[in-house]
Amino acid sequence: MKPAIIFKNVKKTYASLQAVDGISLNIPEGEFFGLLGPNGAGKSTMINMLAGLVKPTSGSISVMGYDVQASYQEARHSVGIVPQELVFDPFFNVREMLRFQAGYFGKGKENDSWIDEVIDRLDLREKAHTNMRKLSGGMKRRALIAQALVHRPPVIVLDEPTAGVDVELRQRLWSFIKELNKEGHTIVLTTHYLEEAEALCNSVAMMRSGKIVAADTTKNLLKKFASKNLKLRLDLKSNKTLPADIKRIQHEAIGQDYIFQLKKITDIAKITESLGKAKIDILDLQAVDIDLENVFLKLTGK
Amino acid sequence: MVNTRSQWIGMWTLLKKEVLRFWRVVFQTVASPVITAVLYLMIFSHVLGERVQVYEGVAYTSFLIPGLIMMSLLQNAFSNSSSSLVQSKVMGNIVFLLLTPLSYIQFFVAFLVASILRGIFVGFVIYIVALFYVDLPINHPFFVISFAILGGGLLGTFGIIAGIWSDRFDQMAAFGNFVIMPLSFLSGVFYSIHSLPEIWQSISKLNPFFYIIDGFRFGFFGQSDISPWISLSIVTIFFIVLSVIAIRMLKSGYKLRN
Repeated sequence: MKPAIIFKNVKKTYASLQAVDGISLNIPEGEFFGLLGPNGAGKSTMINMLAGLVKPTSGSISVMGYDVQASYQEARHSVGIVPQELVFDPFFNVREMLRFQAGYFGKGKENDSWIDEVIDRLDLREKAHTNMRKLSGGMKRRALIAQALVHRPPVIVLDEPTAGVDVELRQRLWSFIKELNKEGHTIVLTTHYLEEAEALCNSVAMMRSGKIVAADTTKNLLKKFASKNLKLRLDLKSNKTLPADIKRIQHEAIGQDYIFQLKKITDIAKITESLGKAKIDILDLQAVDIDLENVFLKLTGK
Repeated sequence: MVNTRSQWIGMWTLLKKEVLRFWRVVFQTVASPVITAVLYLMIFSHVLGERVQVYEGVAYTSFLIPGLIMMSLLQNAFSNSSSSLVQSKVMGNIVFLLLTPLSYIQFFVAFLVASILRGIFVGFVIYIVALFYVDLPINHPFFVISFAILGGGLLGTFGIIAGIWSDRFDQMAAFGNFVIMPLSFLSGVFYSIHSLPEIWQSISKLNPFFYIIDGFRFGFFGQSDISPWISLSIVTIFFIVLSVIAIRMLKSGYKLRN
């Protein structure tokens, strides 16, 4: 698959801060890509450099084969950015603002039917003639997404799109973004919500202190770090200890709770059988799945 | 993807947006400077009208009007680009422009032309209102139009520089209060510099506003303190210098792309 976005050894330094520290990254066309990391990891700096809002100190970035500095006009035609902050122009209504935004990209009246479609798909029809100032936060968020789509960019970048958005709207935005991806758009998402990345992204990169600490498909990453955990509360009398065969399974004891890391699911049967033989009662049993959050915490060391 | 048509549409859209921006608040952007200019006109012509004659055969009230028109034109051209830019920066919506393929030249031209249009519109309304008070024939339309466009352009460009440089409204207000206002009042709007002591005449000649107003006035009365051609050349040089500075700032992304 041809890469939609290429970061080549990109660095960005602010005075004494190394915001992005030599990142190289390829995002293939049609990918649903998640850029994860704690606050200050450098995610927004990456997006801002991609958007041409910030110049990299060194290295190069291209979108759909266009360098964001040397061929900035073509590169900006190729990407639609949804900024993190709820910014808006207080002088205009939703439709006017979308028309202006399309116009800046050189789109004339022939683009109006697409603007109508975007308005409909984002449920903005009733608010199309409402001044931006009077929109609720959720509506402003939708208008921002619409604004990023007016010029039909093949690559769409969403910087924390669901920050401060209620659960219902979050679900709707997710399904809308998924649809865009199905239609062939390359999606880049930065998010704090790991469940969001896990539910949506085919591949993710995790950042910490301006560096990428892991980049792989979401599936591989989960597999690599995943282990099924079994949490048991055991009634261990003072004279009893764990049977020897169970002791060999990697585990962690917290009071009465024992968390066993399972290599395969059949280990559960082995553990319960052995405990039964040793006459140790199981007071409680819980299966604990590893998720992206655990991977993230392991990798970012928090 | 990027062709001549799309480049024109891009620039035209930004110009349209900038014009609509001031048009939406026309009471603040046009009516208010017109009222201020009319108040100046009424008070100064009442107090000084009978006592002062600057040019032979020209009533003081008539003398005053081109200066007032130009002063308002300059101040409004400055306000248009500077306040639009500072407001967009403070609100954060400047990002919508920075994400687009608009080039720094398109950006510059759109902001510049919108400023000139607002300045000229305000000036034109003052001219129409003034016609109710005095007869004000235009003897040399070339100079009236040239100085209106160049003056608006000079201050529109200065507004772009101030707008890019200022991060807050108070910084931009400082440009207005400490640069634009003194230069306007000391430019010969209300007097001819020939009535000033020698030293102040020399100082006035360092003020670009003086040449704009003097040349503009020539367009009406055919009389001026210095040749309108010299004024036109000096104003053009000022305009080119400020344009180069503004374009370089936009090209480098100074205070916008970092």
